[in-house]
Amino acid sequence: MLQTVAQQFAQLGTDISTTWAASGPQYLHGMWNTISLAVLATLIGCIIGFFCGILQTIPCAKSDNVIKRFFLKLINIIIRIYVEVFRGTPMILQAVFIYYGLPYFTGSQMQWSNVFVAALFIVSINTGAYMAESVRGGFLSIDPGQTEGAKAIGMNHFQTMLYVIIPQALRVLLPQIGNNLIINIKDTSVMFIISYGELFSVHRTIVGATFVYFPSAAIEMAAYLSMTLIASFLLRWLEKRMDGSNNYELVNEDQLVGAAGTYNHPGKGSPFDERSKEYANPSAAEKCTVQEELLKNRNGSTRGDR
Amino acid sequence: MSETTILEVRHLSKSFGAHQVLKDIDFVVRPGDVTSIIGSSGSGKSTLLRCINLLETPSSGEILFHGDNIMKRKGGATAYRSRVGMVFQSFNLFNNMSVLDNCIVGQTKVLKRSKAEAKENAMKYLEKVGMAPYINAKPRQLSGGQKQRVAIARALAMNPEVLLFDEPTSALDPEMVGEVLSVMQNLANEGMTMLVVTHEMAFARDVSNRVVFMTNGVIGEEGTPDQVFNHPTNPRMIEFLTRFRQQS
Repeated sequence: MLQTVAQQFAQLGTDISTTWAASGPQYLHGMWNTISLAVLATLIGCIIGFFCGILQTIPCAKSDNVIKRFFLKLINIIIRIYVEVFRGTPMILQAVFIYYGLPYFTGSQMQWSNVFVAALFIVSINTGAYMAESVRGGFLSIDPGQTEGAKAIGMNHFQTMLYVIIPQALRVLLPQIGNNLIINIKDTSVMFIISYGELFSVHRTIVGATFVYFPSAAIEMAAYLSMTLIASFLLRWLEKRMDGSNNYELVNEDQLVGAAGTYNHPGKGSPFDERSKEYANPSAAEKCTVQEELLKNRNGSTRGDR
Repeated sequence: MSETTILEVRHLSKSFGAHQVLKDIDFVVRPGDVTSIIGSSGSGKSTLLRCINLLETPSSGEILFHGDNIMKRKGGATAYRSRVGMVFQSFNLFNNMSVLDNCIVGQTKVLKRSKAEAKENAMKYLEKVGMAPYINAKPRQLSGGQKQRVAIARALAMNPEVLLFDEPTSALDPEMVGEVLSVMQNLANEGMTMLVVTHEMAFARDVSNRVVFMTNGVIGEEGTPDQVFNHPTNPRMIEFLTRFRQQS
């Protein structure tokens, strides 16, 4: 029994190496097609998702005029329909529908010039539909106090989103973006239906010629798994990088020493006048000499290091 | 309209649905005033302050800033808010930025100051609140009192004409309350115009020059600390004071 299993594994080894020797470059090409489509589609999908998410957050008060309220309502309805349709139908069917739908409706006047563009379009809008909902959730998860803090210093809606909310939402959404990337690496396999040459379609082509299914499937399994594992690893690394250091250093020197002479002090009596009280104060003057001592000792070599 | 008032609130009302939180509020803030708004929870103090900064839209009434009705001006809310600072109970520091960036971002993006100018100004106020050594820290790495002092520096860095405080010490432990109150006291001594919603009766009595007592959405008692604390006439104020004295 054990011997037969061992024999089978040995057989599998030789079969895999024969298959790989015959069509290795095809598999590699398929992997490239899969990964390029998945990465690009995830990026575009995220942009679509953020765009939809931001549109849905535009504040709409009862006091706004009718046209603005109408457009905001309309945008919300369109986004809802988009999300429900593309989330609610299989991607394989969307691919057929869109790829053959365009020539059908335009009387073959318009066709998808490039199957990659068609595949990219389909996977992107599919990812976008999922991301739109994730982004909406991401924005909801940010403490409303952050928005209030931004508004209280006079930021408008656009500035609040750009500088305060989106950077925080992006961190919250990174695991979800990673999910989408990994799902896309696997699910782009349905694009064989419009004959896009991704990894799974390579398998279909090769076994169509040889009728030996298992060795090729084993190669495909390993190829997909290695791509997704590398993606997970890179995403984890990115998350760690975004979190930044847990430590910080206290700064006990005057931050403005380095900028001395590069900035013109504003005139007396202006709102930024620094000369008034502090400089007449003897203890402040004393602090300055200590500061100079420190700088001399350090030769200025570490200035600016933090 | 004379220039002796910065802010004037006229006939301000605010309802959430059928529940009327503020009923016909009138009061003025003059330059250099330190006004404390006191009263029990749910009396409308915070709502009043949030209405003044337009974080809540008043149901009716007027808010005049240097004689201009800020509710009528189209798109004027952002420009107005940049001249009226606000400090929140829950600090609301931007979590994605360092302490220094928190104090710079409003200056460069809203007031369009240069980076060097904004940094110099931010450092000036961070030093004033004693947070200059922490400029590289993120808000999550600071204690509550430290966060609130940074929040005060952030508001000051915008060089506002009025500073609004919404229960700035309510989320802090007693030790930290002291450090925040002393920063506020220094500001008051320097002549900053402040409007403070607070439960710190000592602060209201000793630091402010005007006290407004709110009860059930109306102003129950208003005057100097001496008038309000030592010679109250409103029965609700007397009751409030008795309860407060029993606690302390």
